[in-house]
Amino acid sequence: MTDRTPGFATLAVHAGAQPDPTTGARATPIYQTTSFVFNDADHAASLFGLQAFGNIYTRITNPTTSVLEERVAALEGGTAALATASGHAAQLVVMQQLLMPGDEFIAARKLYGGSINQFTHAFKSFGWNVVWADPDDIGSFQRAVTPKTKAIFIESIANPAGSITDIEAIAEVARNAGVPLIVDNTLATPYLIRPIDHGADIVVHSLTKFLGGHGNSLGGIIVDAGTFDWSKDGKYPMLSEPRPEYHGLKLQETFGNFSFAIACRVLGLRDLGPALSPFNAFLLMTGIETLPLRMQKHCENAKAIAEFLSTHKAVSAVNYSGLASSKYNALARKYAPKGAGAVFTFSLKGGYQAGVDLVSNLKLFSHLANVGDTRSLVIHPASTTHSQLDDAQKTAAGAAPDMVRVSIGIEDKEDLIADLDEALGG
Amino acid sequence: MLNRMNHDAYPDSYIRAILNGVKTIAVVGASPLNVRPSYFVFKYLAERGYDMIPINPGQVGNSLLGKPFVASLRDIDRPVDMVDIFRASAHVMPIVEEALALTPQPKVIWMQIGVRNDDAAARAEAAGLQVVMNRCPKIEYGRLSSEISWMGVNSRTLSSKRAPAPVKGMRLSLDRASVAGGDTAASDRATRPRSGTS
Repeated sequence: MTDRTPGFATLAVHAGAQPDPTTGARATPIYQTTSFVFNDADHAASLFGLQAFGNIYTRITNPTTSVLEERVAALEGGTAALATASGHAAQLVVMQQLLMPGDEFIAARKLYGGSINQFTHAFKSFGWNVVWADPDDIGSFQRAVTPKTKAIFIESIANPAGSITDIEAIAEVARNAGVPLIVDNTLATPYLIRPIDHGADIVVHSLTKFLGGHGNSLGGIIVDAGTFDWSKDGKYPMLSEPRPEYHGLKLQETFGNFSFAIACRVLGLRDLGPALSPFNAFLLMTGIETLPLRMQKHCENAKAIAEFLSTHKAVSAVNYSGLASSKYNALARKYAPKGAGAVFTFSLKGGYQAGVDLVSNLKLFSHLANVGDTRSLVIHPASTTHSQLDDAQKTAAGAAPDMVRVSIGIEDKEDLIADLDEALGG
Repeated sequence: MLNRMNHDAYPDSYIRAILNGVKTIAVVGASPLNVRPSYFVFKYLAERGYDMIPINPGQVGNSLLGKPFVASLRDIDRPVDMVDIFRASAHVMPIVEEALALTPQPKVIWMQIGVRNDDAAARAEAAGLQVVMNRCPKIEYGRLSSEISWMGVNSRTLSSKRAPAPVKGMRLSLDRASVAGGDTAASDRATRPRSGTS
């Protein structure tokens, strides 16, 4: 057959999936099974020794989940992927391969609040120490590098205000430090930004958000770019050294440019256990089939609503990188020319009480703690997720008393604008 | 195929034609240890129906999966289609010279992941052989058949055709549509200094 390059939408529908070998089913079946029979003792030994491709147990591989994994790897331009039960599980599995107790990683200060908690508290109990840097000051990443640094972690489109990170500049810091760059691409999805094209070595996602897109299933994924040499200086023994649990197998030597994904699977998922359910994998991959169409609509609606809000008399400021007035607009044009995503914040002249009132008055927007749904979502962090902080702490955390965060859905934008206009008092 | 290949990025069509065309494969540096990559490759290709010959002078008298070890390419008792080399790059040239001295000559010289010797490749190509460097035939066979997709690996192929579930001894169809022109450059990046970020 001719070697040609299918487009993104073709990959979103086809990558990883072919008719079922047994039944011919065209949609990927849900293999809702814990385990898979061996052909014979030799087959079992080959599978346990990683010598053959195949399935043993759904905590390690599953034929439904592997379709989802290959599809996301194809969309991100990576060599392989590993799905997990949630985005948090993906981050845990990645760091387990890279860090030993006492090691450090540098993370952008602007992150999803759940990631800040995970890095600050849970990872600390493993002896993995986060060092914070400011994505608006590339030099702060350079200054944070020490001999103990094992990775750099950023978001492509960053929480909470949808700011755009200069991936290439931070990739340069990572390369000079000899550590991999990990990019959380959840809010952008590979439709808007492909971090591997800009120097990322590992991409992680919460599939729960725009990739799955329908607010019905948790999931996470790790994509291996195949770009990092894990054996160069002995800093990553999980990949470069003989593994006792596999009788001395060396992962990078054996699996080459997808060895990081294999390490995450056979040392991370196998031993820590946060496997994705095959049913969730099915729902998530069904969502991904319409990713390009949905992201176009999400971005079109978000831009229209950001423009509407920026002229509204009750609104004091709109933070959306897709607006020419945003200080991130130049980065948005470079990294996300198809759209700056659909999550952003705005501030109300009426302060804290205006935020409480807006959320309570909205009829289409749902008040909840998630983003990346078909439905439009709203949250007033100061009165909910950040309510335990004082005003100064709220502002420092990007959750000022007058700030509201929205995730714009794929409804008709006229209806969303009317809902906001009425809830803001016309 | 007298023109020199671009050895940084092979078209899938090139790899597919080699894997579909060869039958007998001699593995230079085959190890009896079941955690070594050469053992993985030997066993997998044997299970996919290739006639495999293990070459390791230190193992003569022993067998690998029922196939007797031989000391060198010269000692093989039948024509060889492909020589798969598990040796450091600096030691490849004498192996290629030995392969070229065989009658009939092999059709393909294959060097494993991390093994690349452009002078030896040029010598083989000048003699009319096809050359693959810094690749693994097990990974490429698994990729082009999409069997490797079970492990979440990006096969960079698509197909709307139903294929039978693989069982031992079955040759798999490699005739799937390739993504990105079969450009396999990504697998080189890990073994070479990176240049540029995009």
